[in-house]
Amino acid sequence: MLEATFDLLVPLVVADIINVGITSDDTSYILIRFGILIAMAVLGLACSFTAQFFSANAATGTSAGLRKKLLAKIQSLSFSDLDRVGTSTLITRMTSDVNQVQNGINMFLRLFLRSPFIVFGAMIMAFSIDTQVASVFAIVIPVLFVIVFGIMRLTNPLYKRLQKQVDKTTVTTRENLSGVRVVRAFGKEREETERFAAESQTLTNTQVKVGNISALTNPLTYVVINLGIVGILWLGAKRVDGGILLSGDVIALVNYLSQVLIELVKLANLIVLLGKSVVSMNRIGQVLDVAPSMSYGEQTTLSDTDEAVAFNNVCLRYTKNADNALENISFTIKRGQTVGVIGGTGSGKSSLVGLISRFYDATEGQVRVLGNPVQAWSKEFLTKHVAVVLQRAQLFSGTIRSNLAIANPTATDEEMWNALRLAQAEEFVKALPNGLDAPVEQGGRNLSGGQKQRLTIARSLLVNPEILILDDSASALDYATDAALRKALRELPKEKTVIIVSQRTSTIRHADLILTLEDGNLVGAGTHESLLETCETYREIHESMTAKEDK
Amino acid sequence: MNKLSTLKRILSYVKPYKLYVITSFLCALVTAGAGLLIPIFCGKAIDYMLGAGQVLFEEVFRFALYVAVAAIVIALAQQLLSFCNNKITYYVSRDLRNASSQKLHSLPLSYLDTHPSGDILSRILTDSDTVSDGLLMGFSQLFTGIITIIGTLAIMLYYNLAITLIVVILTPLSLFVASFIAKRTHRYFTAQASARGKTTALINELVDGQKVVQAYGSEEQTMQSFDVLNEELKNTSLKATFFSSLTNPSTRLVNNIVYAGVCLASALFTVSGKITIGQLSVFLSYASQYAKPFNEISGVVTELQNALACAERIFELLDAPEQTAELSNPKQLSGGGRVELNEVCFRYVPEKPLIENVNLAARAGQRIAIVGKTGCGKTTLINLLMRFYDVNAGAICVDGVDIRETSRKTLRAQYGMVLQDTWLKSGTIRENIAYGKPEASEEEIIQAAKKAHAHSFIRRMPNGYETVITENGDNLSAGQKQLLCIARVMLCLPPMLILDEATSSIDARTEIRIQKAFKEMMEGRTSFIVAHRLSTIREADLILAMDHGKIVEQGNHEQLLQKGGFYSQLYNSQFAVE
Repeated sequence: MLEATFDLLVPLVVADIINVGITSDDTSYILIRFGILIAMAVLGLACSFTAQFFSANAATGTSAGLRKKLLAKIQSLSFSDLDRVGTSTLITRMTSDVNQVQNGINMFLRLFLRSPFIVFGAMIMAFSIDTQVASVFAIVIPVLFVIVFGIMRLTNPLYKRLQKQVDKTTVTTRENLSGVRVVRAFGKEREETERFAAESQTLTNTQVKVGNISALTNPLTYVVINLGIVGILWLGAKRVDGGILLSGDVIALVNYLSQVLIELVKLANLIVLLGKSVVSMNRIGQVLDVAPSMSYGEQTTLSDTDEAVAFNNVCLRYTKNADNALENISFTIKRGQTVGVIGGTGSGKSSLVGLISRFYDATEGQVRVLGNPVQAWSKEFLTKHVAVVLQRAQLFSGTIRSNLAIANPTATDEEMWNALRLAQAEEFVKALPNGLDAPVEQGGRNLSGGQKQRLTIARSLLVNPEILILDDSASALDYATDAALRKALRELPKEKTVIIVSQRTSTIRHADLILTLEDGNLVGAGTHESLLETCETYREIHESMTAKEDK
Repeated sequence: MNKLSTLKRILSYVKPYKLYVITSFLCALVTAGAGLLIPIFCGKAIDYMLGAGQVLFEEVFRFALYVAVAAIVIALAQQLLSFCNNKITYYVSRDLRNASSQKLHSLPLSYLDTHPSGDILSRILTDSDTVSDGLLMGFSQLFTGIITIIGTLAIMLYYNLAITLIVVILTPLSLFVASFIAKRTHRYFTAQASARGKTTALINELVDGQKVVQAYGSEEQTMQSFDVLNEELKNTSLKATFFSSLTNPSTRLVNNIVYAGVCLASALFTVSGKITIGQLSVFLSYASQYAKPFNEISGVVTELQNALACAERIFELLDAPEQTAELSNPKQLSGGGRVELNEVCFRYVPEKPLIENVNLAARAGQRIAIVGKTGCGKTTLINLLMRFYDVNAGAICVDGVDIRETSRKTLRAQYGMVLQDTWLKSGTIRENIAYGKPEASEEEIIQAAKKAHAHSFIRRMPNGYETVITENGDNLSAGQKQLLCIARVMLCLPPMLILDEATSSIDARTEIRIQKAFKEMMEGRTSFIVAHRLSTIREADLILAMDHGKIVEQGNHEQLLQKGGFYSQLYNSQFAVE
């Protein structure tokens, strides 16, 4: 602000030099004024450094805060919220959108606090010199604002469209890259090139259109400013003739108008950037506004019950328009039982276990876990007593130890090795150069699929839960390891409940209870032998397996 | 030297838009020239305001009119200028984009397999954008900037040598200051970039693995580790932003000093009567104008360098050797489905032999199962069959024709392929099924979907066949994606099939139905199946057991088991249970 003031004073001092110094041939006066100009320049620099520091601080501080808030928000979202919003957009919002906002804030503070001040300051100074001539400012400046903001209004939606088109072109390119084998296998190279060219042309057209409209700002402001200068010259000439003004004052007025021009050009350039960061801010706002769709109860103590899980006419629908993923499911699992869940792709196996760990809430009916409705338990209780090994084996970069510690930060080495042994992972971890401290790369890409799965199983065992759910999480294991794992799980304390989701009957045939799902319906519940007699779906699955396995 | 040739090459892309470039240059000339005249007119006008009662209104009016005319001319020229520039730059970037995208489809797969796709993607999209940004800046500011500098100098010289010298000597100072700061800030920017990279990686992991984080209730722990990086990023980015923002005020300081100097000198000259007050005002506006193009040009130069670097990356892509050209008179294939491999050798890298002297004769209609451990060369064999890669030695013949003597398109049309990683394009389910046969009727599409057992789940989707598949097919399960890929092949029914572990993530029940459908489809069709499932293997006419790039055993299931060699070992370790 102060810097802007100094900038505004410059023309006045110059006018003084001309009016007083030159007319009276006073060299020392001119020298003093020169000194003042230099001093103001230096002071202005100091002020502006301070301003820059604070604006940089504000911008980076805000963006760090936004990132933190976003992560906190994301961590509070339920699984269905996460599914709906999608992880890739969450990531872009947390990274590039936040950067965009940071740039926007910084620029805004740096220039927006200066430019309008200079524009209006110039106007005030002009009026202090001569009200009549300054009336030109009173006309020119509002006109300029109308132009700048009018063009901004006009281009903003276009920028949004441009961004969309950029996204579309990116998707097309990425698809061409990832699907290059399929494209070639079907001999579609020419069609894909044409498809890209069409997207590319639309993009170019939008770019040219936006470019042309926003390019209007400069010539328009230029004309208006110079017409203003003409006005000043004309009115100024009259005032000088009338002896009211000196020619130095006219120069000062012209200078003020040029300063306005420079600031407005900066402003116009800024508007593009600002428009982008407003869009980004909105995208961030959308995430922050997502209301977590779940609340947790207060119940934290495990009562004496022999009921592990009970479903009572449970239906689950992911989105309003979709079909039910689960239809009227009822069953009861006793504590200590080993339960298998089997069914085809999309039959609702994962949905069913997702309800037990409360990744999702039932749309209708009631789910009871460990003797209480699942909604009554606190979040901490559920994470501590119901552990799920997800289908997708996900590890974080760090070490094997740090990955295991996610489940139980206080676990000792002994406990870790014990869990690894149960999960059939002891052998390969021991073979790694640093054992528990062997590095795990991002997403665990330095480990094989089977190794990752065994580590995630070990991780869940470390929680020492009452209910352990394996959601098709042994699919990458060979039969021998799979069998060894199941044997190990049978050694768990007898009150522990184990639920195994699988596509292979061999994995679950010894379970106490097998739930067979088809298209979201529970079509059979019982032991392997009883299901073979009563449940056609189970029999079919089993036969398809034995066709491959017997011998 | 290298940069020069890159520049030349960019200019060759600009060439088709010559007319625009010439117009743009003329407009720049007009803009800059007329822009220089305005201060002169203003100065003249002020000169005629001598004092009370001594104003020559006619002259003032005349010069004021000149200012107005000049302003309007400039405005028109400017608009035309940006119109031309927009056209040139965006069209050039479009041409670069299209050229590189087209290139994509003629590159050998070895290039695409060895270069990260993110990198290629950014070459095609981001780099072409940067080139256009650089060009836009260059065209719009370089021309006008240079003309303005030369013009300003000339006019100032015309008025007064001494003051001109002050301006000429002092102004480069601001450039010096700017580059000095830029060098300093570079360090902070690098620090910021690395902090940002680390944070982004962590965010990627945390958000991607959010379900795991929540499943174990370790939100607080992750928040803490995030806080550390977030704080680091905040600090480095504060430094970078702050120091880079110093450039502007610092150059402004220098400019202000120049301005004050000019003011002092010209005032003194005015006092001694060497120049008029009007000329003084001319000098003042020139002094402030003169520095501007310098700052702009230094900006343009960095931008242009950036553009050059990006252009080089694009040209690198464009210059990558293409796959061997198609023959001018490719042989046609009879569609019989006989495949022979004669002494085929292949290696991805010259030092590492992979496939060595492989021989195989597949009769029309045979089912060939390929088994072996991961990395034994199964996928490579398929790459060779489809001619995604060319053999190093030996030959692959289809119906007696060396596949290098026919066109790739003809060859590939013979195969229906379902790969391990399912690829669907964004679009509706219908479009995806009809990918290989866009003219297919509704009836045919539904028929194909039914055969692939995809019809029932498609029907249950919110919009049936018109349901839009999002990018990567996130709204479908892995099994469903594979069913769609199978339906895609079902629609085309080519004479040969390649199935690469296609059914591995489909549950047993669906798989058995698909296999029934496949059986029908495979009737009379030669099929290669990379198999993990026992049933597939047992029904195969021929099993190729591969190990370390060699086919170690050939024969059917019973024969190979009796042999008690590699296959029977593999079979016992992978398939025998309980």
